[in-house]
Amino acid sequence: MSTVEAEAEVVPTLRKTALNVVHRQMGAKMVPFGGWEMPVEYPAAIGCGIINEHMAVRTGVGIFDVSHMGDIRLAGPGALAAVQHISMNDASRLAIGQAQYSALLYANGTFVDDVIVHRLGEDDYLLVINAGTREKDFNWVRDNTRQFDCKVEHLSDDFTQIAIQGPKAVDLLQKLTDANLSAVKFYWLTRGTVCGLKNILIARTGYTAEDGFEIYIPSDEATSARVWNEILEAGKEFGAVPCGLGARNTLRLEGKLPLYGHEISDTINVWEAGLDRFCKMEKADFIGRAALEKAKAEPLKRTLIGLEMTGRGIARDDYPVLDEAGNKIGHVTSGSPAPFLKKNIALAYVLPAFANLGSSVNVEIRGQGVAAQVVPTPFYKRPKKA
Amino acid sequence: MASYPTDFKYTKEHEWIKQSGNAATIGITNYAQESLGDIVFVDAPKVGTEIKAGATFGSVESVKAVSDLFAPASGTVTEVNAELATAPERINKDAHGSWLVKITLKDPNELNSLLSAADYEKYVAEEGSH
Repeated sequence: MSTVEAEAEVVPTLRKTALNVVHRQMGAKMVPFGGWEMPVEYPAAIGCGIINEHMAVRTGVGIFDVSHMGDIRLAGPGALAAVQHISMNDASRLAIGQAQYSALLYANGTFVDDVIVHRLGEDDYLLVINAGTREKDFNWVRDNTRQFDCKVEHLSDDFTQIAIQGPKAVDLLQKLTDANLSAVKFYWLTRGTVCGLKNILIARTGYTAEDGFEIYIPSDEATSARVWNEILEAGKEFGAVPCGLGARNTLRLEGKLPLYGHEISDTINVWEAGLDRFCKMEKADFIGRAALEKAKAEPLKRTLIGLEMTGRGIARDDYPVLDEAGNKIGHVTSGSPAPFLKKNIALAYVLPAFANLGSSVNVEIRGQGVAAQVVPTPFYKRPKKA
Repeated sequence: MASYPTDFKYTKEHEWIKQSGNAATIGITNYAQESLGDIVFVDAPKVGTEIKAGATFGSVESVKAVSDLFAPASGTVTEVNAELATAPERINKDAHGSWLVKITLKDPNELNSLLSAADYEKYVAEEGSH
């Protein structure tokens, strides 16, 4: 056999997180991602593998090293104004200790990156950004906020970021912290002692479409390894397993969470991506607003939809989408088996005429058209707690 | 580490073939299933298809990747393992016991150029150390 991986990259030197040795010791398969060497999955021998890891997050709890993500802090009297200028959501709605999904846009209304904006304090904001766009984003933020009275710091290397995700995440993390997690609503944050470390940022955020937390701890190897192992130990009673990027991708796909370079990029605008509700046009001017205003008045050239394979086959990234006559009408941005839903699903950009729910299309898989249907998204929504 | 059956022959692309007279059974090796991870889809040729030694004859997919299957020998497909259409994960549990296709051999001599179990074991040990 030969293997064609959807996201293989040839990179001269890959960066490593502080937990790299730990992942290798656990027998993880390591792969390049966004300039980093990351675990894609852990061994079957320890109860892992993409499918088991995915199911653990949906039914119990899974632990992810997401230290490859980046962190930019804006602090000072002009911090809010700066954040408002460079992002599309309305950060003035954030109370201290609250977070929101947002995006940094170019002047033409396309994406620099998506981001979670955290309000840490009165004039203190933390942007958490993607791994592959760390440098680009920091330069962009620094260059576009010079006119504001605030300090812009690149803190990415200061933190090991660990995500604890799943219905049991709160029970697991509560064992390790004095912070009252039941008082922290989804997309809110707090600080507390975690595994003996004081004043640790704990955010109830994640990229799995489940409840969960992300903690930001010091990035030295010894501390990072100790905390990682303590989390796994404390998680044993909940069936916690380490989870890699493979499960991270299948989880976010089921939840229709965008991935930069796939559903959003510098050639796609906010309306095409369907992220209207995170874009507050009523806000005072922000970068990209004028172009989006203009684009809103024109019909969409393409739109993001969800597909479920009805024929036998797996739609994968970049596969063409065809109408029933075989004409190209779009392309798959992200496609994969969905381990929890037990279906083969995909997100795709198509001509708006084909975006109606229930429409039949074909996905071209190795030269053959395989039937698929346009379905509602997100494909998966976590059950509401009783 | 799993041992490789000595009555199989192996390709460098990680397929195994077991000959019985003028017929043969084909599958993928334990090394292959371990590299792939959870197998979710098998694309096998139909009964009656002619396959050619060294050419692709189908594919096996894991969650993340598509892997072509290369024919260890030339012949005509006589049977396809229907179980794998609904339970492809069986290959992960028992790669050497999960056959993909059975064929009539066009030229049994083709098997002489394939790797023995010992040679294949050495080959994957070297691959694994890269």
